[in-house]
Amino acid sequence: MSALQWVFLVTALITVSAAVMMVASRRMMHAALWLAVALLGVAVVFVTLEASFFAVVQLLVYIGSILIIIVFAIMLTQRSTEAGPRLNPFAWGAAGVAGVVWAALTYIFIRWLMSGTPLQELGASFDDVVPLGKALVDAEGFAVPFEVASVLLLAALIGAVYIAFERRGEGS
Amino acid sequence: MIPLSWYLILSATLFSIGLFAVLARRHAIAILMGIELMLNAVNINLLAFWHYWSQIKGVPQVSGMVFAAMIFVLAAAETAVALALIISAYRRHHTVVVDEMTLLKG
Repeated sequence: MSALQWVFLVTALITVSAAVMMVASRRMMHAALWLAVALLGVAVVFVTLEASFFAVVQLLVYIGSILIIIVFAIMLTQRSTEAGPRLNPFAWGAAGVAGVVWAALTYIFIRWLMSGTPLQELGASFDDVVPLGKALVDAEGFAVPFEVASVLLLAALIGAVYIAFERRGEGS
Repeated sequence: MIPLSWYLILSATLFSIGLFAVLARRHAIAILMGIELMLNAVNINLLAFWHYWSQIKGVPQVSGMVFAAMIFVLAAAETAVALALIISAYRRHHTVVVDEMTLLKG
């Protein structure tokens, strides 16, 4: 096995165990920290895919902002978080559904691995940022989805501020 | 090189763990973390297929990257709105456990 495969296997092991620990941890702050480890592992997987831009975006957007918002929300709602069981009564059914999905997908992929012809790596170290940037502002390319995404982000921001805003007379 | 199915199996594993978190956890923020994990699994899939398709073509294909960027935008928007909803619900009902939010139950 090559060095890249070892890097991938170790990263995948760390990512999956961090995800399991995230689901299993009782304290929400610990779950958030395990989620950070899992997201970091996904960023390393992006690096092995030569998607360097998305590895950086993963660090900036997920670990940099989404995780910070999650930690803030955990701290704002701390009082009710620790009491009671952490799983609902349907946890066994949920485990069954997730296990069946995982087993079916893995079975398909392993059969695919056995039967299919392996892809050949061309070894082209390509630059992925410049074509992406050009395509996102190209009217022939993805300019319209890009603008729609920015409008969606603006709507989500305004909606989030409106929902979380404390009106007088409501609340505690 | 890393076979494509390794990425797909890793992605399926992360997706299943996220699915279990969404279905089984009682805490609303834990459910949101499960959704984040599932979106990350989808992104691994998209970028793996993009990578191998680009290797076959010999030049970078932008469509897969644009898809992955859209997933990032969706994840950010979804997290912002969901956390605002959770904080609003906490302010009114003093709980973030989804089993106890029974306002719409008849």
